[in-house]
Amino acid sequence: MARRQAPEINASSMADIAFLLLIFFLVTTEIVEDKGILVKLPPWSNEPPETQRLNERNVFSVLVNKDNDLLVRGEPTQLADLRERAKEFILNPTDRSDLAASPTKAIISLKNDRGTNYETYLAVYNELKGAYNELWNELANERYGVDYSEDLKIEVRRDIKGTIPFVLSEAEPTSFGEEN
Amino acid sequence: MSKFKKKRGKAMPTISTASLPDIIFMLLFFFMVVTVLRQSELQLKVVTPEATELTKLDDKQLVNYIYIGKPTPKYVDIYGTAPQIQLNDKISKINEIPFFLLDHKKDIPEKKHGLITTSLRVDGEITMGIVTDVKTELRKAGQLRVNYSAKTRQRDL
Repeated sequence: MARRQAPEINASSMADIAFLLLIFFLVTTEIVEDKGILVKLPPWSNEPPETQRLNERNVFSVLVNKDNDLLVRGEPTQLADLRERAKEFILNPTDRSDLAASPTKAIISLKNDRGTNYETYLAVYNELKGAYNELWNELANERYGVDYSEDLKIEVRRDIKGTIPFVLSEAEPTSFGEEN
Repeated sequence: MSKFKKKRGKAMPTISTASLPDIIFMLLFFFMVVTVLRQSELQLKVVTPEATELTKLDDKQLVNYIYIGKPTPKYVDIYGTAPQIQLNDKISKINEIPFFLLDHKKDIPEKKHGLITTSLRVDGEITMGIVTDVKTELRKAGQLRVNYSAKTRQRDL
């Protein structure tokens, strides 16, 4: 018996099937783009933290009250000025005796109220982190001629972060304000 | 001359659609790769604030989400207007967070446990009280990598 040629399978409905699947996935999935400010929380301990005597010149205290006002080192400050002030404090380019002795000694202390708006808190945190990012960027450009990013080699990053370490300590919030 | 005349009489050649399924499949695979299954319905109003110093979270597998915000009008009758926490698909209490974290952790290989990030998606209008409580709970549970979810800010402060 002569072999019959296999009949051709009609593939024109394949596109429809694929379309159906495509539409199903379009409906049931979403493109989540998650960006944000990455922070590392301090580990929890039940013992009260040791009280450390710090030289006052090395502490950059930022207080945010229940009305979302800023108090930086004892004086009311606008959010827009915070970044510049923090940078000046950390680097202390003119060797002032009331700013940080060296970037490695600089400590930023952030304290908010339970009634502070989250938006304000995040904006303040963003400015402080931005100050460090800008300083790292300047240092990376000076030493290596590249912009600072997390893609740099680990030794490079370690060198930069060793020169200007990010030290931000958050105090337990006060509870004067009304919570919503 | 006659050569050209002949063709005019013929019908339009049919366009081959044989490659159409391939094209659609390509699209399908593209969408399967770049998207994730839709998260459970959000019962809270969450509009994250804007910021500039953002980090992108790459591996979606290693991220768990905690939403904090006021209930949407639909759920005000049940939960009131005070800020609430949503874990997975339901509004939860703060003390359910450790279990939620463990539940997420069990699907992840052990050597990647240190890279798990909790993404806090918090409404900008919420006060810090509840956020602080959640942070304290995360610290107690040993989940220290936290991401404050935010949108990119275009304009100046």
